[in-house]
Amino acid sequence: MSTDTAEHVDTHDEAHDHPSDRKYVQVAIILAIVTALEVGTYWMESVPGEVLIPVLMLMMVYKFFYVAAWFMHLKFDSPMFTKFFVAGLILATIVYGIMLTAFEFWHKG
Amino acid sequence: MADAAAVSHGHGTGTGLSNNKLLMWTFLGSECLLFGGLISTYLIYRSRFGDGPAPGDIFDIPFTSVSSFVLLMSSLTMVLSLSALQRGDIRNNRIWLLTTALLGALFIGGQVYEFTTFLREGLGYTTSPFSSAFFTLTGFHGVHVSLGIVMLMSLLISSFRGTLTKERSETVEIVGLYWHFVDVVWIFIFTVIYLVPSPTS
Amino acid sequence: MSETTANPIGVYTRPKGNTGWRDWITTVDHKKIGILYGATAMLFFLIGGLEALLIRLQLATPDGTVLGADTYNRVYTMHGVTMVFMVIMPLAAAFANYLLPLQIGARDVAFPRLNALSYWVFLFGGLFLNMAWILGDAPDGGWFAYAPNTGTIFSPGKGMDFYALGLQIMGIASLISAMNLIVTVLNMRAPGMTLFKMPVFTWMILVVQFLLLFAVPVITVALFLLMFDRNFGANFFNPEMGADPLLWQHLFWIFGHPEVYILILPSFGIISEVIPTFSRKPIFGYPFMVFSGIAIGFMGWGVWAHHMFVSGIGPISIAAFSVSTMFIAVPTGVKILNWLATMWGGKIRFNTPMLFASGVVSMFTIGGLSGVTHSLAPADTQQTDTYYIVAHFHYVIFGGALLGIFAGFYFWWPKAFGHLLNEKLGKWNFWLMLVGFNMTFGPMHILGLQGMSRRIDTYSPGFGFEFWNMFATIGAFIIGLGVLAFLLNVWVSARAARHAPPVGPDPWDARSPEWFTPNPTPVHNFDDDIQIEALDEFWHRKYGQDENGRLVRVATAEEVCQDGSATDTHLPSPSYWPIVLAAGLPFIGFGLMYSLWFCVPGGALVLMAIYGWVFEPTDDPDGPHGHGHHDDHDDDGAADEAAAEDAEEAPVG
Ligand code: HEM
Ligand SMILES: [Cu+2]
Repeated sequence: MSTDTAEHVDTHDEAHDHPSDRKYVQVAIILAIVTALEVGTYWMESVPGEVLIPVLMLMMVYKFFYVAAWFMHLKFDSPMFTKFFVAGLILATIVYGIMLTAFEFWHKG
Repeated sequence: MADAAAVSHGHGTGTGLSNNKLLMWTFLGSECLLFGGLISTYLIYRSRFGDGPAPGDIFDIPFTSVSSFVLLMSSLTMVLSLSALQRGDIRNNRIWLLTTALLGALFIGGQVYEFTTFLREGLGYTTSPFSSAFFTLTGFHGVHVSLGIVMLMSLLISSFRGTLTKERSETVEIVGLYWHFVDVVWIFIFTVIYLVPSPTS
Repeated sequence: MSETTANPIGVYTRPKGNTGWRDWITTVDHKKIGILYGATAMLFFLIGGLEALLIRLQLATPDGTVLGADTYNRVYTMHGVTMVFMVIMPLAAAFANYLLPLQIGARDVAFPRLNALSYWVFLFGGLFLNMAWILGDAPDGGWFAYAPNTGTIFSPGKGMDFYALGLQIMGIASLISAMNLIVTVLNMRAPGMTLFKMPVFTWMILVVQFLLLFAVPVITVALFLLMFDRNFGANFFNPEMGADPLLWQHLFWIFGHPEVYILILPSFGIISEVIPTFSRKPIFGYPFMVFSGIAIGFMGWGVWAHHMFVSGIGPISIAAFSVSTMFIAVPTGVKILNWLATMWGGKIRFNTPMLFASGVVSMFTIGGLSGVTHSLAPADTQQTDTYYIVAHFHYVIFGGALLGIFAGFYFWWPKAFGHLLNEKLGKWNFWLMLVGFNMTFGPMHILGLQGMSRRIDTYSPGFGFEFWNMFATIGAFIIGLGVLAFLLNVWVSARAARHAPPVGPDPWDARSPEWFTPNPTPVHNFDDDIQIEALDEFWHRKYGQDENGRLVRVATAEEVCQDGSATDTHLPSPSYWPIVLAAGLPFIGFGLMYSLWFCVPGGALVLMAIYGWVFEPTDDPDGPHGHGHHDDHDDDGAADEAAAEDAEEAPVG
C-alpha cells in the first residue's frame, strides 16, 4: 500500500501545484449553489421521499467529496492520504450500515 | 532547524510523506468511526421521541441553513489563509485565520441559540432517546468546532509571536485538515439529520 | 533555537541525561517505554491473577461463600477488564514498542513524545480504574457491560462510571499509539525494506494498529453514551423511554470482535518469529502469513453479531453472521497450517521460547475450533452464557495470546536486558502453565455443555458440577505456580547474569533485523542504517550457499552485528509533558463522577502540559545529541487531536 507512493517525494512541494485563490473561490461558489439547491428542496413539499432522499444524498456526497478534494487537497496530494480517509469512511458506512439494517432502520423510512 | 523542517515536509521519510500530515489523516480516518457511531445512534432514535417534541416539529431549517452556510464558508477562508501563508503573505494569513475563527464562533453561537430555543420548546436533554441523541451528536460536533477555534487562535498568537512563517505553513495545513473535516461532517449532518424529512408527532 | 525554549514556560527546566528515576518518567526512548509497558502490565497481571484465584476459590465448591454475590460480580468484572485492557493489550504494546522500530531498522518511532504520552495515559487510566477497589466501588457489570444492566437503576454506585471513564482514558492511549506506529511503519523503514520484506511480527502489529485505529472510536461512542446515561440522565439505553438495549450490544461487539484480534495477532506475530528461528527454516508461505493476517483484520469487522445470537436480532441477521463467522476460521487455519509447515522437516530446538510457541499452536487450535462450534447458531443457543464460552475464550486468549507473549519474553529477553532467562526454570514455567491451564479450562467445556452458567456467583450441589469445578480450581493454582516460576526466573537470571559472560549478539541464531544491534540494545539503536535486501536479512548475512546449494555459514554473528559504538547519533530529548498531561486525565474522570471541581486541577494540568509541549522544541540544544546522520527522528509537531495545537511548537531559531 505504500511502496508505490515513493514517486511523490518531490511533487509535494507546496505552492507549485496548489490551485489559486480564484479556484478556491470558484469551488466555494459551487458549494454554495449546491447548498442552496439542497435547502430549496425544503419548500418542495410535493416531492415524494423516494425521489427527494436520493437526490439530497447525491448532493450531500458531492459536497462532501468536493470539499475533501479541493480544500483538503486530496485531489493533488498523495493518494495515501485519500486511502486512510476513504478506508475510515467505507468501513464506517459498511459497519454502521449493517447495524442499521439489523435495527430494521430502512423499513421504517 | 532547517533539516527538521525538511523532514516534516516529507523528505527522508519512507513514503516521502510528512509524518505530521500522515498522523492527521490517520486520526481523521478514525474520527469517521466516531461520528459514524453517533450519527447511527441518532438515526435509530430519531423516531423515538415519546411524548416530547419530534424532530420534524422543531427543526428550524432556514435558521440551520444559514449557520451551515457560515460553516461552509469558513472552509473557504481557512484554505485562503493557508494559501496566503504558502505565498509568504503573513498579513492575509492572519486576516483569514481570524475570519475563520470568527465564522466558527458564529456557527457555535447559532448552535447555542438553537439549543436554547429547543429547550424552551420542551426538548430537554433527558426528554427522549431522540433528544439525547440529537443533543449529543450536535453537541459533540460543536465541541469539535470549538477545539478548532482554539487551535486557530493559537495559530494566530503564534503568528504574532513571529513564529508562523512560510516554512511552517504545514502546521496551518494540518489545522486546516481538521477544520475541513469538521465542516465535512457537518455537511453530512445537515443533510441527513436536518434536510431529510424527519418524523413529526 | 532561542534561549526561551530551554526553560519552556518557566515551570520546569528541560530534563536531561538518561539515568535515575527521573529518566524513566521523562524518557521518550521507545525501548524504555516498551519496558515500562511490560513492567506495568505484569503488575496488573498479578492483580488480575489474584482476582482469578478468588473467582476459582468461590467456585471450587457448590454454594461457595468465599466472596458472596456482590463481590463476586466485582471481582469477575475487574478480572476480565484487567486481563483484556491492562494486561494483554499493553503487553502487546510493550513488544510493539520495543521491537517494531528495531525490526524496521529505525532510530525510534515517528513521534517519541506521543509514544511516551500513550504509556502514561495507559498507566493513569489503569490506576484510575483500579482505584475503584480502594474507593470501595469496583465495577460489577462484566467486561461487556451490557446496558441497561449497567445503568444507574441496576448498577447504582460509581462502579460502572469507573469502567466507562477508565476505558475511555485507556482508549486514548491505544488510539495515539496506533496512529504513531502506523506512521512509523509507513515512514521510518530502513533503506531497502519494502513492505513485503518486513518481519511478520511487524506486519501483525501494523494490522493490529489499524484495528485499534478504527475499533477504539466505536467503543468510545458506546462508553460515551453510557456515561451520559449514567451521569446526565440521557436515554440511550433506557427501555422505559423507548430506547433499545441492543444498541449497546451492537456498539460493544462491533468493537469487541476486532478487539479479540487485537489481542491475538501480536502473539501470532511473535510466534511467527520464534518458530522459524527454532526450526532453522524460513517461515513457510510468508505472503500467505501476511495476507491471512490482513484478511483476519478485514473479516473481523463482519462477524460481531455472533455474540448476539440469542438477543433477538432476527433470523436473517443470525444466518448472515453465522456464515461470516465460519469463514473467518479460514485465514486463521491458514496461519496454523503455515506454522506447522514451517516446523515440518526443520531442525527443531525446543528451547523455552519454542515450547511456548508450540503451546500457542496447539492450544489456540483448540480454542479456534470451539469458536467454530459457536458459529453454528443453533449449537450456540445451547452454549452461549455457559462455561463452554469461558473455555473457548480462555483457550484463545490464555492459550493463544498469553502463551505467545511468554514465548516473546524468553526469546527477546536478551535483546532488552542483555542476558538469557534460565532454561530450566523456563521449562518449569512452561509445563506448570500448560498443565494448569488445561486443567482449569479444559473441564469448562464439559461444565458448559452440562449447563453451568457463566457470570453467576455460585451453583447448587447435585448438578454434577462439583468434581470439575474443584479440578479447575486446583488447575488455577498450578497456573499460579507457573507464574511464580517466571518471576523467580527473572530474579534468578538477573542475578546469575552479574557473574556470567555477556550473552553475545545472537544467542538464538536469529533471522530478523532487530538482531543487528548488540544485546542489550544501545540507546541509539543502530550505528548505521542497515541496507535491507531480503526478508530475514540478518540470517542471509550469516549464511550463504555453496556450489551444491547447501547452506553454509559465511559470517559469524559478531561480524554481521553492529557493535553499538556510534556516538554521534541524534537522540530525541526527554520531556516532562507526557506524564503531566496524562496525570490530568484521572482528575477529569473524578470530576465527572464526584464533583466538577476536580476537573479544574485536571484541566489545568492538561492545558499546562499541552502548552508546555507546544513551546518545547523537540530537540533540546543542550540535550544528548550531536547532529548525526540519522534524520529519521521526527517528533516534529505531534499533531494529535489535543496536541494539534502544536501548531506553534518549537519557535524557530
Ligand atoms: C476461529 C476463530 C474464532 C471464532 C469462529 C470465534 C467465535 C466466537 C463466538 C461465536 C463467540 C460467541 C459465543 C457466545 O457468546 O455465545 C465467541 C466468544 C468469544 N470469543 Fe471467540 N472466536 C474465534 C476466535 C477468538 C479469538 C482469537 C479470541 C481472542 C483472542 C476470541 C475471544 C472470544 C471472547 C473473549 C469471547 C466471549 C465474549 C464474551 O461473551 O464475554 N475468540 N467467539
Ligand atoms: Cu467474536
